[in-house]
Amino acid sequence: SSSRDTALGFPWITSHGNNQNPSSSPPDSRAEVYSINTSSWLRLAWRDVAPWVAVVGLEIHAQISSNSKLFSGSQVQFAAPPNSLVSFFDASLPGTLPALNRRCVEAAVMTGLALNCSINKKSLFDRKHYFYADLPAGYQITQQRLPVAVNGSLSYSLCVGGKKNQMVTRTVRIKQIQLEQDSGKSLHDDTRSQTLIDLNRAGIGLMEVVMEPDMSSGEEAAAAVRELQLVLQTLGSSQAIMAEGQLRVDANVSVHHLGEALGVRTEVKNINSARFLARAIDYEIQRQIKELENGGTVINETRAFDYKLGCTIPMRDKEGKQDYRFMPEPNLPPLILYDTKSLPANMNHQQVVNIDWIRERLPDLPSVRRVKLVEQYGILPEHSFTLLNEDGLMEFFENVVRQTQMNPKKVIGWILNDMLGYLKQHNLTVQESPVSSLFLADLLNLLERGTISSSAAKQVSLFWTYL
Amino acid sequence: MLVHTNSWALVLHCCIHSAVCFLGKKVTVEVLDHLERLALVDFRNWEGVQRLEKAIQFAAQLHAVNTEGVEPMDSVLEDRCLYLREDNITEGNCTEELLQNARETVEEYFVAPPGNIPLPKLEERDTFLQVSE
Repeated sequence: SSSRDTALGFPWITSHGNNQNPSSSPPDSRAEVYSINTSSWLRLAWRDVAPWVAVVGLEIHAQISSNSKLFSGSQVQFAAPPNSLVSFFDASLPGTLPALNRRCVEAAVMTGLALNCSINKKSLFDRKHYFYADLPAGYQITQQRLPVAVNGSLSYSLCVGGKKNQMVTRTVRIKQIQLEQDSGKSLHDDTRSQTLIDLNRAGIGLMEVVMEPDMSSGEEAAAAVRELQLVLQTLGSSQAIMAEGQLRVDANVSVHHLGEALGVRTEVKNINSARFLARAIDYEIQRQIKELENGGTVINETRAFDYKLGCTIPMRDKEGKQDYRFMPEPNLPPLILYDTKSLPANMNHQQVVNIDWIRERLPDLPSVRRVKLVEQYGILPEHSFTLLNEDGLMEFFENVVRQTQMNPKKVIGWILNDMLGYLKQHNLTVQESPVSSLFLADLLNLLERGTISSSAAKQVSLFWTYL
Repeated sequence: MLVHTNSWALVLHCCIHSAVCFLGKKVTVEVLDHLERLALVDFRNWEGVQRLEKAIQFAAQLHAVNTEGVEPMDSVLEDRCLYLREDNITEGNCTEELLQNARETVEEYFVAPPGNIPLPKLEERDTFLQVSE
């Protein structure tokens, strides 16, 4: 290891397995002192100049958008009186059994298809055991052995280059998508040294999307998550609102020198905001690099991101490495999915989930919508990204284009600069905009016809601040 | 109707998957301590451990059969249809009933200790396992 070699004082000598410190006793032979093991010399020299490479993998939990929970008929709703949306099964009372929600299965299949996955026509449910107050059963029903979808991919774009004006496309492999239960919520009351448990969230359906460690920075991870969020929202399988805990991201981060083996990874949890995702990952990358450059080591541990301090801290190590004792869920037979070829003739269609039927009804994914926008309106690809990134902005833009004679290529400037700039400045969503698409279209029409000058139009837009 | 698998089956499952030998040898104190910590079962005395060993031996008879190339069976019900429920709200709204079983509640929340309380280490516990073999 590098720390050992430099401790010997002579960076070009390998230790050859002995523990002698060459500075304290004379060498046995000149040959031994000056023998240069070329490959390790090169290795050590390389380490001084080799760039660091970060490896980032993600585990994303998305709450399924459904009326009721994954295995019970209690309601799915954010912010309700504590323990009011809890069935006997959710509370794990004896004698209760899981009943799988069809809508959750469809959501998982839709998401798997949208992410180019192979859908497993047979998937299995397992129990993952651990003790925690917000998990009344003492186990979570998940799909550890055979999940519903595997081997997919997600393409995302980001701006690179010094001026961040060059758009590149990257792809991240999707290892798998599995269905699992959400746990309840713990509210820590440190003053009274107790935890308050609300089981409203317990049992809500989750899709865990596992992304392979194909990313190498916080920026890439954030772009990939943003794209996944847009895909989920377009499909309707999850609303993916991070602020409401509908999309939670855990990052696996490690660093190594270019060309060498992968380093030890840490898991960064508790990233619940898109804004802090890139920051948390980049902090962890830098922390690991500093640690290794100072001769330390990276411990395989779980760390939490502290928003206020802007750093990752080791999480309270409860009981050391967990043994989850996975076992098949005995109360659920395998989940069988069909396609038009394998569809049995006499089966009750309510009991059938048909992959082909779902595939035919997939809406246009964000990537397709962006291409269409560019083709239809002649705008730049970067513009199409911004239009889709802001909730409701694309519809607003299209509404204005429809009601004005101005060329869409000019309209986009007004939308992205004046309109969006104003909204950002006042922290408003498109829905909250005081200016309607009709108003803007009228303004742009006056400008087009020459009724008003460009500077006058700009002045009117300034009046928006007084609305 | 299926019934919940009890914790014994879990303990057994864990034993067979850990490197516990099946040929009439004893289960080590380390494994027993690990099991008590992991599953929060209380073997209570050596008779409890003997029952565990007998159960392991009983299940180990499966190894007498050559199952190469045969998919393991999880349940005799594996050919049954998994019933799919419609996405309707049919349960919930029984806060009072649920809370009445709780020892302590605060404003309709269940009350739990601040974190998990792990089993004390073997040396610090009053357990029959402390008696050296």
